[in-house]
Amino acid sequence: MNLKTFLAMLRRDAHVARRNFVTLLVQTLLQPMFFVFIFGRVMTASGLMSMQYKMLLLPGIIALSMLMSGIMAVAMPLVAEFQFSREIEDRLLAPMEIEWLAVEKVVAGMIQALAAGLVVLPTAWLVMGRVSLSTDHLALFVALAMLVSCLTAAMGLTLGCSVGQTQIGLMFSLVLAPMIFFGCTYYPWKTLDAFPWLQRAVLVNPVVYASEGLRGAFVPQYPHLSVYVVMSALVLFNGAFLSFGMRQFRRKAIG
Amino acid sequence: MSLGVRMEGLKKVYTSAPPGAIPRGAGYGLGRGPRRRKKQAIRVVALDGISLEVRAGEIFGLLGPNGAGKTTTVGVLTTRIRPTAGDAWIGKHNVWQERVPVKRLIGVVPQRPNLDFSLTAREVLTFHGAYFQVPPAERARRAAELLERFKLIDRADELLLGFSGGMLQRLSIARAMMHDPEVLFLDEPSAGLDPQTRLLLWDMIREYNARGKTILLTTHNMEEADALCHRLAIVDHGKIIALGAPQELKHSIPGGFLIRVQLDGTTPEFLQGLERLEGVTEVRSGTDGTVYVYAGRGGSLMLEVVNFAAQSRVGIRDVHISEPSLENLFLHHTGRSLRE
Repeated sequence: MNLKTFLAMLRRDAHVARRNFVTLLVQTLLQPMFFVFIFGRVMTASGLMSMQYKMLLLPGIIALSMLMSGIMAVAMPLVAEFQFSREIEDRLLAPMEIEWLAVEKVVAGMIQALAAGLVVLPTAWLVMGRVSLSTDHLALFVALAMLVSCLTAAMGLTLGCSVGQTQIGLMFSLVLAPMIFFGCTYYPWKTLDAFPWLQRAVLVNPVVYASEGLRGAFVPQYPHLSVYVVMSALVLFNGAFLSFGMRQFRRKAIG
Repeated sequence: MSLGVRMEGLKKVYTSAPPGAIPRGAGYGLGRGPRRRKKQAIRVVALDGISLEVRAGEIFGLLGPNGAGKTTTVGVLTTRIRPTAGDAWIGKHNVWQERVPVKRLIGVVPQRPNLDFSLTAREVLTFHGAYFQVPPAERARRAAELLERFKLIDRADELLLGFSGGMLQRLSIARAMMHDPEVLFLDEPSAGLDPQTRLLLWDMIREYNARGKTILLTTHNMEEADALCHRLAIVDHGKIIALGAPQELKHSIPGGFLIRVQLDGTTPEFLQGLERLEGVTEVRSGTDGTVYVYAGRGGSLMLEVVNFAAQSRVGIRDVHISEPSLENLFLHHTGRSLRE
């Protein structure tokens, strides 16, 4: 490990993110805000949905924003850099084991996912208006935020090193969309009681644990998956995606 | 301290698409195309046992047609491709086993610019310096100096999007020199450059070499190999077919001059007659009536060949003469032109 080289690469990613700050902000903020406004504000105020839906929605929206930011921050540049521009080669030739470059990408993605969560949380809270969130579980929230952001970045690494340039559209409709819709982002896992088979099936989806975990941290009064289940599942998924992503990265990086 | 490069029995067999080929997922759809249904065994032998020593401080060229294995050789020597068999060393470091120390010693200019398009020209250089732990003040100084020398200073603080191919190539080379590597690899450095830029590039390479640095370049341009390289290896189908200084190599072919005659038909007697002409060292007959006459002299011999054909009542369609050149050498060894 070569710390100076590693930090220089992280600095490069931060520099590029700063340069694209406005784009990134719009990309992160706009869609969740529309969703929060329509479902959290319009639908609840009109009486079509109950007021408590706001509280169930907010943690899911944070999970969703982190997921999208983490995956996009890692996967999209990797797809382009490995195939089209090949600009990653310069960093593969830097005096550091190439695996650390994958780690650097994950750390950069983690930071972006955390930033996305931190930006979306207050904005969504303001847009929805008057949502009382529990602050009793701050330590749990911090631990969850770390695990979830790392997971999303690791998923970005796996996807970025497995998906071809022309399959990016497919990645959205075949991988990300089902993960989001069956990820308990818009509803708690408990509501699937009416569909027992589906309720079991969605447990293979890592996003479920992110949304349910955050629900447990912010609105513990509503039913949610147990913290122990959430934590152990997140740790397991992290391990799986990191090791698989690393394998894919190595295969892409070395001819 | 100049460093040499050594290769022993390097072999590379690709069992999946080699780099530079169309990447996976380049076609639309889910990958159930007709060719995917059965996993086809791909087996491309890119390097077929290359052993070679590049001496410390020399400009060494790998000359060969496209697909000869030049880029794969550079890939293996620069830690980017794992060899199927064999070993390589930069100085005393084994390339595959000591990748990090090797990467410190080498600079690489790829065939296709792979510059970081999210950065400006100056940042490309300073971040590259940072990856190689060049201290901040030093990297700013070096970057400014290189931008000046490579005539990029006017656009130093622009993003690369509007840069021309020549500018990108110059920046690639500047980047490779940024950490002052002992061994510089250039893969087809002048491909796609205008003649003026090419001359500038050659000067840059010579200048860098004059500081005691070892340079290994690949090219399919004989002129470039001839003008720039102290020694050359001519490669084809992953094998070395000739090795030596350009002058030596050119004079290694019988005669040196080559007269290529296209005939309507030929007879063994006619070929023997050609061999008896003064100065002729070798006569070979190729496909579709082409006859290659290697000789120690040019001009006047052409006339004699034509006269002799007229005497023997053999119809001539085309006659071509060339002076001793690497092209002739390649043709002599492979029966094919470098340009094919």
